[in-house]
Amino acid sequence: MSTSKNEFISEAEDLLGSAQDLTLEIQESIESGKLNPDSVNALFRDMHTLKGLSGLFGLQGITELSHKLESLLDDLRLGKMGATGDLCDFLLHNIDALRGLVKDDKGESVEDVAEHLNKIDEFTKGSGAKESELDLSGMIDDSVLSVLSEYEEHRLKANIKDGSNIYSVRVVFSLDDFDIRLSELTEKIKSSGELLSTLPTSDDVPAGHIGFNLIIGSSMFAQDLQDELGEELDTLVSASGRSESEKTPEVPARSDQIPEKRMEGPSASIKSISSTVRVDIDKLDGILNTIGELNLAKGAVRRIGQELFEGYGYKPLIVDTYKVAQSLERWVSALQDQVLNIRMIPIGQIFSRLAQIIRRYSRQSGKKINLNLFGEDTNIDKFLAEEAVDPLMHIVRNAIDHGIENEEERIKRGKDPEGTIILKAYQRGNHVVVDVIDDGNGIDVAKVKSKAIEKGLVALSDDYSNREIMEMIFLPGFSTAESVTEVSGRGVGMDIVKDRISNLGGFVTVESELGMGTTMSVTLPITLAILKALMVRVGAERFAIPLTSITESFEVTDEMIQTIEGRMVVDLRGELLPIVNVGDVFDIEHDVEGSKYVVVVGFAERKMGFLLDELFGQHEIVIKSLGDYFKGLKGFAGATEIGKHEIVLVVDVEAIIEHVLIKKRERLTV
Amino acid sequence: MGNILIVEDSSTTRSLIRTVIEDLGDEFDAFEAETGFEALKALPTETFDLIITDINMPDINGLELISFVKNNEAYKDIPMIIVTTERSEEDRDRGMSLGAEAYITKPFKAEELQEAIRAALKK
Repeated sequence: MSTSKNEFISEAEDLLGSAQDLTLEIQESIESGKLNPDSVNALFRDMHTLKGLSGLFGLQGITELSHKLESLLDDLRLGKMGATGDLCDFLLHNIDALRGLVKDDKGESVEDVAEHLNKIDEFTKGSGAKESELDLSGMIDDSVLSVLSEYEEHRLKANIKDGSNIYSVRVVFSLDDFDIRLSELTEKIKSSGELLSTLPTSDDVPAGHIGFNLIIGSSMFAQDLQDELGEELDTLVSASGRSESEKTPEVPARSDQIPEKRMEGPSASIKSISSTVRVDIDKLDGILNTIGELNLAKGAVRRIGQELFEGYGYKPLIVDTYKVAQSLERWVSALQDQVLNIRMIPIGQIFSRLAQIIRRYSRQSGKKINLNLFGEDTNIDKFLAEEAVDPLMHIVRNAIDHGIENEEERIKRGKDPEGTIILKAYQRGNHVVVDVIDDGNGIDVAKVKSKAIEKGLVALSDDYSNREIMEMIFLPGFSTAESVTEVSGRGVGMDIVKDRISNLGGFVTVESELGMGTTMSVTLPITLAILKALMVRVGAERFAIPLTSITESFEVTDEMIQTIEGRMVVDLRGELLPIVNVGDVFDIEHDVEGSKYVVVVGFAERKMGFLLDELFGQHEIVIKSLGDYFKGLKGFAGATEIGKHEIVLVVDVEAIIEHVLIKKRERLTV
Repeated sequence: MGNILIVEDSSTTRSLIRTVIEDLGDEFDAFEAETGFEALKALPTETFDLIITDINMPDINGLELISFVKNNEAYKDIPMIIVTTERSEEDRDRGMSLGAEAYITKPFKAEELQEAIRAALKK
């Protein structure tokens, strides 16, 4: 695919993502009783841009569809059409269709979208009446009116009709920072009314400065708004008198506030004013790979320094080698941080897609759902976020379908008739946790257990703890729903969700209280690419354990290890920590006598200690896939190279925890 | 000699217009502004021979930019081309009456835009 086509796809996806967010904003504003004109206008602009874009690429289908939507939104923003309840669903449906066309490289022909076009025609037919025209001449000066776009003129009329006052403000800012100053002022204006027009001017403005005549619609009194904005204003239309009068008190002339000092004329070239660059994530991966190689080289320099020192002592050249190794280390790690940072996106981008799913399924299932989002600013690697979105979607669907009861049932139980789903993201150490919390029925452990036994997934026993039973929902072949419903669909079970998350180096946990609700927590590493790892030895084998999986490590002696009910435990600050002999897990011959080390991994019920022979310290590693040949190899996340061309296997901590928990379950069922 | 400022919030459209300008020959230089604000910042930094502007943009719109340029002693002789869509006739007419020299309608062909640029620069 050509570069410019890729550019198109990337910009189109951005536009459609923004369009979706805006539609949700519009939905909220309709629900709160007042359509937000800014969101409608921004959405109109997105469609307008998409139309222009796709037209340039000859994608007639996309052009036509975005054109139709643009027209619909134009009517909406100009008040020629009313906002109905199903408007936003309709818009989302069409935005989805556009996204599909862009993604599948379709949309060249109008036939691709014929059905959508007809539906839009049907939708627009007979919706809303054109607003009655209001004559502004005489009310507002022609010099002001002539620069208003059709939209701005409409907003001005709408404000007057709504009984707002119309004010004008003149401000003068330095050319250096007018954009920042004006944005600050705009924010203030938006909280007290609507900014209708921003006309730049150079009349009576000193050199190096720029003036703006702002037109504001607001229900506030002139004096109050003046205090709020800290700028003096003129009243163009007063809601009470609807005339041009009532000038606000004279205030010192603006020029007093302009610094005396003349700004030095800017002279730098402005060849590229836009400061954003779009980069394919593969290119960033390439840089990270190079950094991985740099890390190896850095390690080699350090090792050479060490060997020289051991052979010759502190000679000046050897000290220099150390210094070089040190600064190399510092810069490589700075470079690494910077590149990783570029890959980060706020998780809110994922949330807004989930929000759409929730809205759609809430409608389909007839269950009303309140959605609350927290921690949208939490950053996560773009790749991880994209990979996690499908599993999260499945969890959300499950919550709606199997968790939240229907309205009737909720009322009967004395619950709020509307269900609540909370999506909450936060950082914990090197991980990002996403909680999907619902206030539905919760997991019925008795039901889960009998189902699991009935399906032959676990052995008949009374010894299961509640937690163990809840874990059973992640077993392959498990599905609690009596029937497969429209919403959660068929085929994908929680076991797939768990696998997908586990492949990303994360894990899923569940907490639930019957009748009260369920919390599914998805824990993901913040980034995949480069990890710090602890190098360890078991018998004659060396392994790397990602530091992100480790909470602490300590030395143990044989006396510290106790055996309770046939299981090894260590007293860790008054808490019994189960110990896993990693040598046994991997069938490695090793000396069990003498002092050893314990590395603590996992959280809560999954917390355990790995018993190891030796720890060697930390390494920056780039995990390489083991390739198809070793695909069946369990317990390893990949391999890495650590200096001197030595290859070391990277332990998949989650897989081992899983292995141990399953063993324990099997033992219980014997 | 032909310094041309492109004011357009779509990066793809911007770079396509840039390509069209670069195809005109070495004597043409394309400068890009993503928003009206960026255009206002760019104006004093370079002598522009032509401005090509979109109408619907965030911060200030194309009409406001035209009004600013045409009312400023230093810039008023810079010809301006409006890039518009067939739907925004009303806005296009307002832009023309504010003093823009020409308009072209999206989607446009490369030759159309080149023709418009040559004509505007000749004036």
